[in-house]
Amino acid sequence: MVKVSLTVNGSAHSAEVEPRTLLVDFLRAHLSLTGTHVGCDTSQCGACTVHLDGKPVKSCTMLAVQADGHQVTTIEGVATGKDLHPMQAAFRECHGLQCGFCTPGMVMSALGIVTRHKDGLDEATVRHELEGNLCRCTGYHGIVNAVLLGAKNMGVPIKDSKAA
Amino acid sequence: MYSFTYAKPASVNDAATEFSASEDASYLAGGMTLIPTLKQRLAQPSQLVDLGAIADMKGISVAGGTLTIGAMTSHADVAASADVRKAVPALAALAGEIGDPQVRNRGTLGGSIANNDPSADYPAALVALGATVHTDKRAIKAEDFFIGLFETALEPGELIVKVSFPVAKRAGYAKFPNPASRYAVVGVFVAETAEGVRVAVTGAGPGVFRAGDLEEALSKSFSTDAVKGIKASADGLNGDMHATPEYRAHLIGVMAKRAVQAALA
Ligand SMILES: Cc1cc2nc3c(=O)[nH]c(=O)nc-3n(C[C@H](O)[C@H](O)[C@H](O)COP(=O)(O)OP(=O)(O)OC[C@H]3O[C@@H](n4cnc5c(N)ncnc54)[C@H](O)[C@@H]3O)c2cc1C
Ligand code: FES
Ligand code: FES
Repeated sequence: MVKVSLTVNGSAHSAEVEPRTLLVDFLRAHLSLTGTHVGCDTSQCGACTVHLDGKPVKSCTMLAVQADGHQVTTIEGVATGKDLHPMQAAFRECHGLQCGFCTPGMVMSALGIVTRHKDGLDEATVRHELEGNLCRCTGYHGIVNAVLLGAKNMGVPIKDSKAA
Repeated sequence: MYSFTYAKPASVNDAATEFSASEDASYLAGGMTLIPTLKQRLAQPSQLVDLGAIADMKGISVAGGTLTIGAMTSHADVAASADVRKAVPALAALAGEIGDPQVRNRGTLGGSIANNDPSADYPAALVALGATVHTDKRAIKAEDFFIGLFETALEPGELIVKVSFPVAKRAGYAKFPNPASRYAVVGVFVAETAEGVRVAVTGAGPGVFRAGDLEEALSKSFSTDAVKGIKASADGLNGDMHATPEYRAHLIGVMAKRAVQAALA
């Protein structure tokens, strides 16, 4: 067993885990944060996306011990109390989900896109940078619109797009 | 996943010591290849030696016409680096097209070249630019480093510390990405270097290789017209559900042209 101490959604946590424990299993089984999903075993679907020190990573492809000493944000840490984050609200507004399985990962990736493109965002960039997230339901169009609207409501200028 | 013990050394020396202390240890970089492999139970290391805390293996610097990148530098950091964009913009562009944003935030230069996947992007850049791989034991020329399918010149326990790239006069990279993984079905890196024009091809064969006829044509005239008539041979190229050897041979010509276009842009 190894000791892991990390900050998740602003609160400090410490636990003894097996070295082979994946970060996603630590979040879901040890901390009961089941908003982070597992959709594949090939590191391709992005349903497990969380932020590590503010950057999107696939928590199914990381050991919990690798996050020792770091800050993790999950989908549960995005809203403020009962108020949805503008990106979450945009997914609801734009029908950016059907079954909702991919949505936590999509929102965490979308927030990464906003961080990387504060100065301006267009539809092509959103589509390109969602390549690490798969959705089996929507056909992506609503998701792309949601990311653009969410970004706009977070103050990002949207370039040449009909959507937002 | 089978169980293993875990160590997180803070220096290159301690990493090598931890590695040799265990019978069947494995280094862990960003885990983007190793962890999926462990999850599938395709490997069973007794100990993982996490390289994530070794400051000497991270970072980017440019001095005297040489760009140096630490083995633990992430693809995202290479793509975003002002130094790389200025010194070898084609390398920053290549790093920015590896996988997806989440993979780029964790995957590393050292892990990519140690793994030597036949469809990986970096090997083409290292060979075309005439880079040198610096390990804890020696310096290895890129062409001697990549040996074949998932095979490199690394000895067991030998640790890649950094890679140095001579700054090229101009360079360009183009790949035909696999639509699911973004690995290169075929990728071509062209560079006009102090040693002449060098062209390296990844994805097409069992390992990265130089394309002599393209180099010759581009040495005469570094232009898209120069590569127009050149047909690569399909002999020995990979064939799988994604592309036949003949299609890969065709893509070498198309990617070479796009790479030259990128270099001239
Ligand atoms: C969904 C997905 C898409 C991808 N798409 C692409 C793509 O389009 N193009 C591409 O080129 N790659 C792609 N990759 C691979 C990615 O670029 C990683 O760089 C690569 O998987 C290596 O990962 P890593 O750096 O995390 O190393 P790890 O997985 O941690 O290690 C890989 C191997 O290298 C060894 N190793 C690591 N560092 C060192 C070192 N410094 N010295 C000696 N040995 C070392 C490890 O022991 C291990 O055997 C993709 C990966 C995924 C999961
Ligand atoms: S569950 Fe992590 S990428 Fe699919
Ligand atoms: S909404 Fe069902 S997988 Fe995306």
